[in-house]
Amino acid sequence: MISSSLYLILSAILFTIGVVGVLTRRNAIVILMCIELMLNSVNLTFVAFSRYLVSMTGQVFVLMTVAVAAAEVAVGLGLIIALYRQKKTADIDDVNILKW
Amino acid sequence: MEIVLFFLFAAIAVAGALGVVLARQSDHSALFLLLNFVALAAIYVTLNAPFLAAVQVIVYAGAIVVMFLFVVIMLNVAHRERPETKPAQRYAGLLLGALLLVGLIYVAASNPQLPPALTRTDNVADVGEALFAEHLLPFELAGLLLLIGVVGAVVLGKRKLED
Repeated sequence: MISSSLYLILSAILFTIGVVGVLTRRNAIVILMCIELMLNSVNLTFVAFSRYLVSMTGQVFVLMTVAVAAAEVAVGLGLIIALYRQKKTADIDDVNILKW
Repeated sequence: MEIVLFFLFAAIAVAGALGVVLARQSDHSALFLLLNFVALAAIYVTLNAPFLAAVQVIVYAGAIVVMFLFVVIMLNVAHRERPETKPAQRYAGLLLGALLLVGLIYVAASNPQLPPALTRTDNVADVGEALFAEHLLPFELAGLLLLIGVVGAVVLGKRKLED
């Protein structure tokens, strides 16, 4: 059986790619996709620990994360559409009303 | 065998994630995201969680990616996107990402190696038991959260934000 560290390292790599995407991209839709990448990498950690600790709680937690991710995407894409209606852009650099 | 499958699907998942970040057009990003989700579902199967693998394919690969593609096509921002971030911002992002990666891998590798554990074969029954016996209240609250999310999405999508 594979060592548990390999799953954690894969999860760390995927999480970091998501973080770099959020920091470097400007398209709001792509930023939302990168947030999904991060949520998925955390799910992988939960499933790996659930396997190695023989506890089903990790898998239940993943189901909760999936529900939260679905709600988050629905609201996030709704926000992007509302933003696009008002500003005709999905570029977050053009949305700086609240910027100090 | 298991380790070969792990590295194969891990490579596909990382390639998909890199594709999401590096693709120039957001519809390509959405398709790379699909690749990443399916590879992760395969890894869930090797982790003896076939139910979650099915959920991953149905909810993420099925519903969420389609919703992303729908919005990308509807807004058609692919042609309007200006050149990406300033170089300084990109290097700062990469530097912070590298620091985070080093920290996370240090923690992951210094984690005590967990012994391989035997698991029962009936994963769906196990998940159902844990979900409906032990964690019933969170399950109901997740349903409530989804309802609120749907209402919020409808409100945001419908209203004209004019003022």
